[in-house]
Amino acid sequence: MSSPIIEIKGMHKYYAMDGVQVHALRGIDLIVNEADFLAIMGPSGSGKSTLMNILGCLDILDEGSYFLNGQDVTHMDSDDLAILRNREIGFVFQSFNLLSRTSAIENVETPLIYAGVSRKERVERAEEILQRMGLGDRLHHMPNQLSGGQQQRVAIARALVTEPTLLLADEPTGNMDTATSQEIMDILCRLNEDEGLTILLITHEPEIAERAKRRHILRDGRLEKAI
Amino acid sequence: MSWLSAVMLALNALWRSRIRAMLTALGVVIGVASVIAMVSVGAGAQKRIAAQLASMGTNSLVVRPGSMTRGGVRTGAGTKSTLSRADADAIRDLPGVVAVAPSIRTSAQVRYRGTNWGTAVEGVTPDFTQVRSWPVVEGEFLTEQQVNGAAHVCVLGQTVAHELFGIASPVGETIVMKGVACRIIGVLKEKGASAWGSDQDDSVFLPLTTVQRKLMGVTHVDRIEVETSSREVSFEVMKELKRLLSKRHRIAKDQPEDFRMYNRAELAQTSEESARVFTWLLGSIASVSLLVGGIGIMNIMLVSVTERTHEIGIRMALGARRRDILWQFLLEAIVLSGAGGIIGIILGIGGAIALSKFSQFPVSITPWSVVVAFLFAALVGIFFGLHPARKASHLQPIEALRYE
Repeated sequence: MSSPIIEIKGMHKYYAMDGVQVHALRGIDLIVNEADFLAIMGPSGSGKSTLMNILGCLDILDEGSYFLNGQDVTHMDSDDLAILRNREIGFVFQSFNLLSRTSAIENVETPLIYAGVSRKERVERAEEILQRMGLGDRLHHMPNQLSGGQQQRVAIARALVTEPTLLLADEPTGNMDTATSQEIMDILCRLNEDEGLTILLITHEPEIAERAKRRHILRDGRLEKAI
Repeated sequence: MSWLSAVMLALNALWRSRIRAMLTALGVVIGVASVIAMVSVGAGAQKRIAAQLASMGTNSLVVRPGSMTRGGVRTGAGTKSTLSRADADAIRDLPGVVAVAPSIRTSAQVRYRGTNWGTAVEGVTPDFTQVRSWPVVEGEFLTEQQVNGAAHVCVLGQTVAHELFGIASPVGETIVMKGVACRIIGVLKEKGASAWGSDQDDSVFLPLTTVQRKLMGVTHVDRIEVETSSREVSFEVMKELKRLLSKRHRIAKDQPEDFRMYNRAELAQTSEESARVFTWLLGSIASVSLLVGGIGIMNIMLVSVTERTHEIGIRMALGARRRDILWQFLLEAIVLSGAGGIIGIILGIGGAIALSKFSQFPVSITPWSVVVAFLFAALVGIFFGLHPARKASHLQPIEALRYE
């Protein structure tokens, strides 16, 4: 069997808040294998965002080790982390984080620009993936002309266009009504089941977490298996 | 990220806030345009001065007699009658000397049939036209034989020709001054006012000997003008000339000389130097506005970085490296200043041309001022764009993402 997508051992993270040092993550061990679908739940202030930032290579850990798809992230510099984010990770955020005043297709093209893909190929790949997300007729719409569900589908398309090994979804349904939430979760489940995409989902809603294959709870900076 | 994509990103971002981009570039437009217009005005003045100097003959020295001291009263330069035509002939043999023109000057009432005109009368030699860069337009100039034979011939300046003959041709006619009748053999080209404001065309030119013997009854000359092969040589010639005349006039080392020399090259250098300083002054005043335009770019880019912090965060999450962000913002600043530079060049050249049309002020658009102004504008873009771009590229991804 190949190496796990995520392999974390004894991870600690501290940060200073108003001059007081906060021990945010207190020894986390985590293994996520290929085609896994793991939900991490936890009350606010439990360190979910800190964990998400480190998993997404947006921040670095203070102690322990982190291997992403076999690569040691622990001591990487900011440029290497940027390349890793570009190649290995697709982000889906609660607030969509689409580039404003930038069309759906341009948003989806953006990670490919940083990957150095030619314009022609970028347009082809972005169009194809937006069509798969059911947005073939919204290619040139601006984010503010799209509904919340549509915006999140653009964000998923943007996350998938680089064919990442890991999809990180941070409260992807947080701003949505139940129907739209289910629609987004359907898409994620399908990606996991049909295409074997590894997904790590962070949420505080039990009914959303229900749809993942495994569930962990983050409490006071430590991970526990959920019953 | 490829260069093309980087430039496209910058252009897209500028297009999204085009009003602001235009206003920002306007500072550079005005700066570049004013540098080009001002330097053109300065260069125009420089050119006009150079033309005036050329018409005076800038490679020339003028020798005049020294002052006379009679019973303790010193009467001033040119009052002694010590220079002669023989001095002029001796000067002609000095190395570096191209032409020598001795002359004497008086005034006379010139009569032609029923009319008359009071004017200056100058006795000159054939080298006169070369030394003063002053050709004839009709007929011909005085010859060596006419000077040697004290012939009764003359050449008219334009003003005299006009006053006595109107539009008719004076060549072949005879005029009379101080009882001497002279046949007119030529007319000089119009010369205009001298640098000191007198009308140079208001003069009649006779052979030197004719004026000395027939009109004045003297043997000296008023001045000797010497043309040298170049401006640089003139300073050397001046030293040689001093030695030669001192020897010819038997002046001991401790005695004052009985002649004075003026080097027009010195005057030319001074005038040209002041014109150059004038150009630099105008140029540097104008470049202050270019600097202000650059600060405008920095100001707007800093605001833009703050406003787009969230965007920077998103781009970083999607895999933009620091240098990608740096180039995005730097390119925006360079595009702003570059576009401003190009528009400024067009406006500056247009403004200079308009200025010369409406004010009759001489304007000369120099290629180097255009090139320098544009390069300066581009540099302003890089210099003032670098700080905001660095600031953007050093944002922490998580903080930038969280920023609303």
